[in-house]
Amino acid sequence: MSEELLKIEHIKKEYGDNVILKDFSLTVHRGEVVVIIGPSGCGKSTLLRCINGLEPIQAGKITLQNKLIDGKSKDIAQIRQSIGMVFQNYELFPHKTVLQNIILAPVKVQKRNKKDVIKEAEQLLQKVGLLDKKDFYPRQLSGGQKQRVAIVRALCMHPEIMLFDEVTAALDPEMVREVLDTIIELAKSGSTMVIVTHEMSFAKAVSDRVLFLDGGEIVEEGLPEVFFENPKTDRAKKFLNTFEYDAVKHHNI
Amino acid sequence: MQALGIEVLFKGSNFARLLGGLWVALEISLISVLLSIILGIFFGIIMTSKNPIVRIFTRIYLEIVRIMPQMVLLFIVFFGTTRVFGWNLSAEAASIIVFTFWGTAEMGDLVRGAVTSIPKHQYESSYALGMTNVQTYYHIVIPQTLRRLIPLSINLVTRMIKTTSLVMMIGVVEALKVAQQIIEANRMSSPNAAFGVFAAVFVLYFLACWPISLLAGFLEKKWGG
Repeated sequence: MSEELLKIEHIKKEYGDNVILKDFSLTVHRGEVVVIIGPSGCGKSTLLRCINGLEPIQAGKITLQNKLIDGKSKDIAQIRQSIGMVFQNYELFPHKTVLQNIILAPVKVQKRNKKDVIKEAEQLLQKVGLLDKKDFYPRQLSGGQKQRVAIVRALCMHPEIMLFDEVTAALDPEMVREVLDTIIELAKSGSTMVIVTHEMSFAKAVSDRVLFLDGGEIVEEGLPEVFFENPKTDRAKKFLNTFEYDAVKHHNI
Repeated sequence: MQALGIEVLFKGSNFARLLGGLWVALEISLISVLLSIILGIFFGIIMTSKNPIVRIFTRIYLEIVRIMPQMVLLFIVFFGTTRVFGWNLSAEAASIIVFTFWGTAEMGDLVRGAVTSIPKHQYESSYALGMTNVQTYYHIVIPQTLRRLIPLSINLVTRMIKTTSLVMMIGVVEALKVAQQIIEANRMSSPNAAFGVFAAVFVLYFLACWPISLLAGFLEKKWGG
């Protein structure tokens, strides 16, 4: 097995009396794509936010390449450079153009050469088919385009791991494909990713491992082909069934 | 057709006097605006405080300014306080005090609105890119706040310039007062002077405020969306 990149050990997350994650552990190896699915409110988005130190945890620890992730520590900005995160609502910076959005952090935070970063940004934009939009402002783009820019912005930091938080949930159905194809390309190129999604066929296609979360704990875990075809637990069966519809009308053709 | 009384403007130094009056109005508003912006930024930041006592006091201040007619404030400061506290306050100084008192509250509310309108996710996506707190404010929060703030505060400036026409009520000789004096002085020779002279005042105010309004509109369009 390859290097253990991300280690989450027995973390606990609660808001007051409301327990979001109880004793949650997960190890992600380099090059692995882990997909997390589960009903709304099961803690999957919170988990990603904890991994990035955006939410404090009450117990346990999270490490990336053996460096502790703690939102309050001074090194957190440094560690976050190795974690690319893409949000549900894109969260591009509205006062900057597409290119400025992408190069801001590599130039200002990583102090890389501006010319090189622009060149890299343009190559990445070319890959996702948005090079002609580089001088546009986010408000001039469609949701799917914004989300692809957000992915490029995260990639340009050369992260060790990418986190995707329901990145297609806010998109019109016809835009979902272009974003998911981009992520599938990344998976093929060997990126390490943790993906939270509601797109089941995408989850099946992209993942090395599927986690089914419910009530703040892992209910079932396995290879995608096994999990989606033959879920072992009732809860997972029930959840997967919510995506199926039985025909109510019978047409005589 | 009756004479419009415009010829009165060109008698003697009448037109220059009107311009002088307008300058007095602009001077009062510009000094007040400048003070309001500086104090308003501080006040606005204080207003974003979560402390309930601070919030109550800032709220009361803002409501007083909103509810009380500016004229009443001018009268209290110029006629009231000078009498009660026995200090010597020029009408111009009283005007600047009242307009700054008003402008600080309004400006503060604009600053508060602009600061709190930056969504939490903008901070988070900046942190997620590895930016520190200082970098986040410098590159993300402050530029967006200013873009929201500047068009709104320019509108406040035009409102303040307009409202300075009230200060004639406490004896400041500004454009409207000069206009009245000119009309009075020419009552016999040009009984219709009121039309021409007040029309000239209208045009002067328009010329002073319109470019500012245009600028606000332009910036709003440029930065909006």
